[in-house]
Amino acid sequence: MRKISNPPTNSPVVSLKDVHKSFDKLKVLDGVDFEVDRGEVLAIIGRSGSGKSTALRCIDRFETIDSGEIVVCGHRVNDPKLNLRALRQDVGIVFQSYNLFPHLTIEENIILAPCSVKRVGKAQAKEQAQQVLAQVGLEDKLHQYPEQLSGGQQQRAAIARSLAMQPKVMLFDEVTSALDPELTGEVLKVIEALAANGMTMVMVTHEMGFARGIADRVVFMHRGRVHEIGSAAILTSPATPELAQFVGTGL
Amino acid sequence: MNLNLDFAAILERWPVFLDGALLTLELAFIATVLGALIGALGAIGRRSSHPLIARICGIYVESIRNTPLLVQIFLVYFGLASLGMKFSAFTVAAAALTINVGAYTTEIMRAGFDSIPRGQIEAAEGLALSRPQIYWHVVLWPAIEKVYPALTSQFVLLMLASSVTSQISAEELTAVANYVQSDTYRAFETYILVAIAYVFLSLIMRAGFWLLGLVLFPRRRRLGTPL
Repeated sequence: MRKISNPPTNSPVVSLKDVHKSFDKLKVLDGVDFEVDRGEVLAIIGRSGSGKSTALRCIDRFETIDSGEIVVCGHRVNDPKLNLRALRQDVGIVFQSYNLFPHLTIEENIILAPCSVKRVGKAQAKEQAQQVLAQVGLEDKLHQYPEQLSGGQQQRAAIARSLAMQPKVMLFDEVTSALDPELTGEVLKVIEALAANGMTMVMVTHEMGFARGIADRVVFMHRGRVHEIGSAAILTSPATPELAQFVGTGL
Repeated sequence: MNLNLDFAAILERWPVFLDGALLTLELAFIATVLGALIGALGAIGRRSSHPLIARICGIYVESIRNTPLLVQIFLVYFGLASLGMKFSAFTVAAAALTINVGAYTTEIMRAGFDSIPRGQIEAAEGLALSRPQIYWHVVLWPAIEKVYPALTSQFVLLMLASSVTSQISAEELTAVANYVQSDTYRAFETYILVAIAYVFLSLIMRAGFWLLGLVLFPRRRRLGTPL
């Protein structure tokens, strides 16, 4: 079914080429280019409205693009014949608002997709649920409901739910923006551990310190374009006045 | 004022009242089950991106909500008859009540579906669930949970409204009462008794929905937040 799900290791896992996108008359993405290699952590930063969340959502085709090309794990995302569900089996996405299913226990949240999409047996899925929950430090919350968990715990459970589908790349859309500093810390620790395990990740974040600590590369978006891209060092020695001003207020 | 009540002559006819009450419950049960099904499908239809399907479901809902139940019953009754189809009064009553409650249930369910946050659906899409899977796991059950009290009221109301089907001589509780009072000339006593019987039927239905809710929504049971 999936023809080229395993691209050669030297080709990027995610690549955006000259991506344009408008919401009605508002130009949100104005020629965005970047690539993410296997095992790389890419942080996307920028002001609100700079297009960073939209760029991230285009990768998982939550937004369609007007022109350009996006290739993710061998899937041509802008192809009208794209197998959308195959793409989304390869891509895990975690949102700012967790979006756990409130009527299901944490375990049920986690096994839902493996059981109904991948047809994994229930016993096996439950075993796997335990593994991914251990990865995020919530092994004792298996049978709790989302509302019984703190925000940080809910976000970690949402990460575990994504991991259970064994994605090839994980997208994080401002996953700590709804959390206080302490809860933010526990979520960031989980993401750090994922990075150490070699997970390919793209994260839109406002946590500059975190981006500096974990990201292999940082993309600074400004007015719908990649304004500056480079190693985390660009955060401490920006080349453009826009990034200098942004980190000046952001740090 | 000279109030002279005599229940003895009516109470001795309790077997016919019991039969009528059972028939009322039976009507309510059939219309509730089928109406819930129609409501779920109708709500999906009303939200369909296919304009024709959405329109048809909309016309169904509005034409039922804006006409009296009794007229709907007559339309089904005489409509089927003029097409040469013969059905028992019970079948016609069940069909008319189902069509009626299906429309109201469609509206209630639609409100429930609309209340599911967009983020829930996006999360499910991100996990590669198919559209039917998303509707079943992420939209339908939480939506029903949210509108469950409204659905309960609607179905109890339907049971009470089924008294109108006495007009086509479905042998339910009110029809039985009409017959008994014309036989005994004890109209007031008869309807007092019937009113009390309806109260009991309502309580039975509400208890049934409460129990069903415990089964359908385990989270409510676990967290002690009943509907």
